[in-house]
Amino acid sequence: MAARRNGIVRIASGQGFWGDWLNAPVRQVEGGPIDYLMMDYLAEVTMSIMQKQRSRDPALGYAKDFVPLMRRILPQIVAKRVRVTANAGGVNPEACAAAVIEEARAGGMQGRVHVGVVSGDDIMDRLDELIEKGHALTNLDTGKSLEGVRGSVQSANAYLGAFPIVDALARGANIVITGRVTDTGLTLAPMIHEFGWSRGDWDRLAAGTVAGHIIECGAQCTGGNCMVNWERLPDMHDPGYPIIEATADGGFIVTKHPDTGGRVTRASVTEQLVYEMGNPVEYITPDCVADFTTITLRQSGANRVSVTGVRGNPATDSLKVSISYAWGFKAIGTLIYAWPDAYKKARRADRILRTRLERLGLEFDQILTEYVGVDATHGRLAGLPQPDLPEVQLRVGVRAKERAPVERFSREIAPLILNGPPSVTGFAGGRPKVEEIVAYWPALIPKSEITPRVTILEA
Amino acid sequence: MPRKRLARGPKSGKQRPSRSGSAGKTKKVSLVQLAHARSGDKGDTANIGLIALRPAYYPLLEKEVTAARVARHFRGLITGRVERFELPNLRALNFLLHGALGGGGTLSLKTDAQGKVFSTALLRMEIEVPGGLRVR
Repeated sequence: MAARRNGIVRIASGQGFWGDWLNAPVRQVEGGPIDYLMMDYLAEVTMSIMQKQRSRDPALGYAKDFVPLMRRILPQIVAKRVRVTANAGGVNPEACAAAVIEEARAGGMQGRVHVGVVSGDDIMDRLDELIEKGHALTNLDTGKSLEGVRGSVQSANAYLGAFPIVDALARGANIVITGRVTDTGLTLAPMIHEFGWSRGDWDRLAAGTVAGHIIECGAQCTGGNCMVNWERLPDMHDPGYPIIEATADGGFIVTKHPDTGGRVTRASVTEQLVYEMGNPVEYITPDCVADFTTITLRQSGANRVSVTGVRGNPATDSLKVSISYAWGFKAIGTLIYAWPDAYKKARRADRILRTRLERLGLEFDQILTEYVGVDATHGRLAGLPQPDLPEVQLRVGVRAKERAPVERFSREIAPLILNGPPSVTGFAGGRPKVEEIVAYWPALIPKSEITPRVTILEA
Repeated sequence: MPRKRLARGPKSGKQRPSRSGSAGKTKKVSLVQLAHARSGDKGDTANIGLIALRPAYYPLLEKEVTAARVARHFRGLITGRVERFELPNLRALNFLLHGALGGGGTLSLKTDAQGKVFSTALLRMEIEVPGGLRVR
């Protein structure tokens, strides 16, 4: 296969979330040889945002940034034969693919761009049918049945695994755009495709899954957000995003392009390995169950960490489903109090505000007060504040099922500037914004209910 | 609101000698000198991965930083239980702190709705280590 160099497949991470550094994928394509560029766009609540966008305009509902990015890098990835896997499709992978095809044609690349579209994850229109069939879609965290919030559901997607992407690659796609596919599947799929790993090869599938977990948050494994020697990390204005050098036996190296910032060390990789981890013995994906206690890490060179020994277990019979539903409303208001007695003033302002809210008879599900500069990050663990703090930010959040009390709360912050404790500022942003809360509902569905669809479009 | 404050023991960075049963001389060291950490969220649960800065520190972490101690450390800040998992291969412990994020995700009103800085909050904990242990 053209992509392989000495049996090594290089998979680069270009985006750790929707909103990550725009330069990263460009740097990955330009900075040295890579075979695949994977980009993760979907967080838990992203699907509901996209669902809303699609309901307003049927041509939307995907990560819009992906299209101008493709415009920018298409000529290079076509010339260098780099293949792309991205879950940028959101709730409308077909529209995303159509937009990319249009870019390819506008760029004169007819016949040289094949876009694979992976869908079948969207079960929004099938919810009633599935519930009727006896799938309660019970909330994995709370144990409640979906019935209770059925009317407010805004999106529902099953997490697909790597194999539909493998199918698209096998059918010649050089860009694979998916809906809700696991983050790890975007990295694992190229390995399965290149090395011909089988569906029951649990150890190798687990190895590829671990590789996917390491690079799915972009630079968070190459020095970004890493505590060890953080002050001495070189050139963090231009961090190298991670690259996996995979081999057929399941072993791989985590590295980055030369002449980029950041650092790939045991410490930087280990921090990412434990990120968002549950029970390390069972890291469950649609493709396998990876055992993170079997991973062996070794610093094999400067900015090179080798990963070996990964063991896996058979995949489960279900897929995770991510459902979003309208919960209610929230708003967060802030004011800044200056020296002297900044903390005291902020606390007094909070008491005044709460009394006013109470006298208005407003009912909230929760009112939360934090004092930024004192306790907002570590609570009481931060200890007593210095008596002479230069400033403290009062930060009050409220949430309620109804919009009205939250709306009213948003008008009770500004008056404190003139009718509350002195030396207050920091209100340039205006009234707190009332936000709709779209909450997340994790559930399971038997794999037999979900049929992934793969189509290939040619530019 | 946080009127009650706990200000027991020395602040981080200081060591003081103390006696601990028959184990000989020990000293108190804060975890920030022994480990690094990263935390994140899954719904209303925060996870904290605690990683030994040196191989020799891992057995100490495993012995001292129990689920019960972590639950006590975060008392009042979380509403649920604490689970611990061991990863000796990575010289790391993984803690799940349930009911830590004010509902989690978009529901949470907290500044740290995604549990990103529970990592350093744990590193404030102090544990007993052998008096002769070399720390940074």
